[in-house]
Amino acid sequence: MSVLILLIAFSILIAGGFLIAFIWSVKKGQYDDDYSPSVRMLFDDKPVAEKNSSLIPKQK
Amino acid sequence: MEDISVKETKPSGRKRIAVQCYHCGEICDTSVSTDEKYFCCDGCKFVYQLLQENGLCNYYELSEKPGIKVKGKFSSQRFAYLENEEVKKKLLRFEGGSQCHVNFYLPQMHCASCIWLLENLHTIDQGIFFSKTNFQRKEIFIAFDPAKISLRKVVELLAFIGYEPYISLNEDGKKSNKKVNHKKIFKIGVAGFCFSNIMMLSFPEYFSSGNIGQADLQKVFTYLNLALSLPVFFYSANEFFISAWKGLRQKWLNIDAPIALAILVTFGRSIYEIISGTGAGYLDSMSGIVFFMLVGRWFQDKTYDSFSFDRDYKSYFPLGVSILKNGKEETATISQLKKGDQILVRQNEMIPADAIILSGEGNIDYSFVSGENTPLLKRRTELVYAGGKQLGGAITMEVVHPVDQSYITQLWNNDVFTRQKNKDRSFIHPWSRYFTLILFIIAGSTALYWSLNDPSKIWPSVTASLIVACPCSLLLSATFTFGNMLRHFGKNKFYLKNSSVIEALSRINTIVFDKTGTLTHSSQANVFFEGEKLQNEEINMIYSLVKESVHPLSRIIKQELILTHIVRPLQVKNFKEIAGKGIIASVNDMQIKLGSKQFIENNELSASLSQTGEVWFSINGINKGVFKISNQYRDGVSEMIKSLSSKKYKLHVISGDNEAEKKNLESIFGKQATILFHQSPQEKLNFINELKNRNSKTKVLMLGDGLNDAGALKQSDVGVAVSENTSQFTPACDAIMDSKEVSKLHRFIQYARSGRTVITWSFILSILYNIVGLSFAVQGLLSPLIAAILMPVSSISIVTYVTLATSFSAKRKGL
Repeated sequence: MSVLILLIAFSILIAGGFLIAFIWSVKKGQYDDDYSPSVRMLFDDKPVAEKNSSLIPKQK
Repeated sequence: MEDISVKETKPSGRKRIAVQCYHCGEICDTSVSTDEKYFCCDGCKFVYQLLQENGLCNYYELSEKPGIKVKGKFSSQRFAYLENEEVKKKLLRFEGGSQCHVNFYLPQMHCASCIWLLENLHTIDQGIFFSKTNFQRKEIFIAFDPAKISLRKVVELLAFIGYEPYISLNEDGKKSNKKVNHKKIFKIGVAGFCFSNIMMLSFPEYFSSGNIGQADLQKVFTYLNLALSLPVFFYSANEFFISAWKGLRQKWLNIDAPIALAILVTFGRSIYEIISGTGAGYLDSMSGIVFFMLVGRWFQDKTYDSFSFDRDYKSYFPLGVSILKNGKEETATISQLKKGDQILVRQNEMIPADAIILSGEGNIDYSFVSGENTPLLKRRTELVYAGGKQLGGAITMEVVHPVDQSYITQLWNNDVFTRQKNKDRSFIHPWSRYFTLILFIIAGSTALYWSLNDPSKIWPSVTASLIVACPCSLLLSATFTFGNMLRHFGKNKFYLKNSSVIEALSRINTIVFDKTGTLTHSSQANVFFEGEKLQNEEINMIYSLVKESVHPLSRIIKQELILTHIVRPLQVKNFKEIAGKGIIASVNDMQIKLGSKQFIENNELSASLSQTGEVWFSINGINKGVFKISNQYRDGVSEMIKSLSSKKYKLHVISGDNEAEKKNLESIFGKQATILFHQSPQEKLNFINELKNRNSKTKVLMLGDGLNDAGALKQSDVGVAVSENTSQFTPACDAIMDSKEVSKLHRFIQYARSGRTVITWSFILSILYNIVGLSFAVQGLLSPLIAAILMPVSSISIVTYVTLATSFSAKRKGL
């Protein structure tokens, strides 16, 4: 049955690892802003320099 | 509260012919354009050109018309105070040789385009290393090189592109707030971790009904459980103990007291059982309770980070003032102003202190302070109160009172602003008291019964009943109900300060409205023209004139003309605006006059304009007709009022404006309502006070929008600030409401009332669970298994019930 004890020790260790990861991520502010990262990743690195003449204001 | 662009078409179904500004989306004429794009003003065009030069036009592709209308040109000296070393030191978070860090709150941030542009500031100015936004808190972090760009320049750049930062020199409150939030999440994380592991280690115990084959294995499990429960007891649960202790010291049994007692008893008995080897304890139940309750509190306390509900006049006033010393201009912070100082106030700047005009002509807009729409004309040697906005050219003034003694700040010296609102205690508290009382009676009679029959069972049965009858479900139902309701209110753009406002809202029986900006649109109005049909040329003339004017009636006519006609501005010569009378100018060598009847007819007896709401129009002295302007009420207002008065709410209107709207208001509100005009901020406050003094059962809800309502908002039981644009500043209040949602007021109140029903039913549900649990406990039969089943089942079912019930109720109320 010592295998069981070993297993439990490991499982708690792993769960503890996740707890530490959770606390670390909160501390780093990963949950502070749940909107901007989602749009930030879609921005192109280099802004397009040329004019875009197809953009005429919509007339309603 | 003014200066708001009209984006939606008017409900009357008129055709919209105008184009929209490419930058900010405001409807406009076609006079300002570049690259085949039209702009409402030069400000917007300049921003576009700046972005275009820097290849940042992606801004316009990420969201539609993302720009923010630049409100007039700010004067070159506006941010001069940022050169001041002391101010700099307070604002900069980090100051190194070649790098400075600063954090700003940008209330205008609202979409993906904003984030993109603000994080690309470094392409506009090489001095900026990088910038990072936090959308949730509407903040931007900027790292820049002080050798290449000064702090002042950074702020000026932000203001130029439309994101003027809100700068306050005492912003310590925000930082500490953030840390507390994190601590709560850590507590939940720790409790959740321990709870799930204890649960897992308890499974063998459950399935073997207390008889695990190997004794040493069981010992390992129980001791591991004990070790895991220590952080829950000492760290996660400590706020219950602290709060209960604080309550007891004030001889007040708060809702945390019975919870703290239950946790303490459960933990104590579990330790005893484990160490004595008589059982496995109830640590799983205990950690579960703590976890669920912490989640509930967090859910309820989640507030709106980007709103501020506690502003005073200081938030509205400029931070820097231009002082004239020996003919030279210096900048000083507003608190440094002394009596006798000479100050310079430029166009569109706010008058920082009560002062006398030394030179120049004041055309002061007090709408912000008094709600009165028409600007006032002030000449030399006249006294001007702080809080007004100078619409005319620059004036020099001499300060009469320092800022904290000026007329407007006196309102804040009223003790309403220093006193905490005397909050009625929540109706949950009496419940928890009865609950505790009954629990002690049950525990006592159980002890009495077993002492007569089987004294060995006294201790297990009494502790068991204290364990199982934990009032946590009472607490859970309240926290989850209010938390979910706050979310539903928020979805409808009604943002409450905290959950206790919901209860206050449900008790309301009297409602007081402000008129301008609350019941009516502040920048839209009904316009009718009486006279011969206007020719296109004449329309263009009128348009060209009103375009130059800052008077609110001019703005309304301009808006109306753009909406209904194709307008083309003409060249205007000799433009003159005579405050309180009208405007005069020549177009195509014809003399055009717009203004009061007396002004048109060259009658010197002046009558104020908006008193009558009429603007007359003449060409070369020939009277052509009159624009009749009346306030436009928000859609659905009269239905809302009808619904409220049919439900026996007492309604009142207090307005700082003139009586022009009296008839309309009377027809909407009926005869019983009190309708008062010309109310000063102090009178508004007194009115609320009187209502409450006359009848102590009166619970007042006040709706207002301006600084002039600030005292009344604070004095009422629930003060709601109505705002056209929630990113704008609102006076101190309990809740902020989007002005489009004013017509939903009756539904909001009903929804708040339905919350009480939901909580009452969930209490009944939780009492049923308690009866089941106690029936085991008093017999001394409560096994850890029964406790472990009962605890999550009751918690989860109650949470599910209140969440579903509040969502369903919101749907039924049309929210």
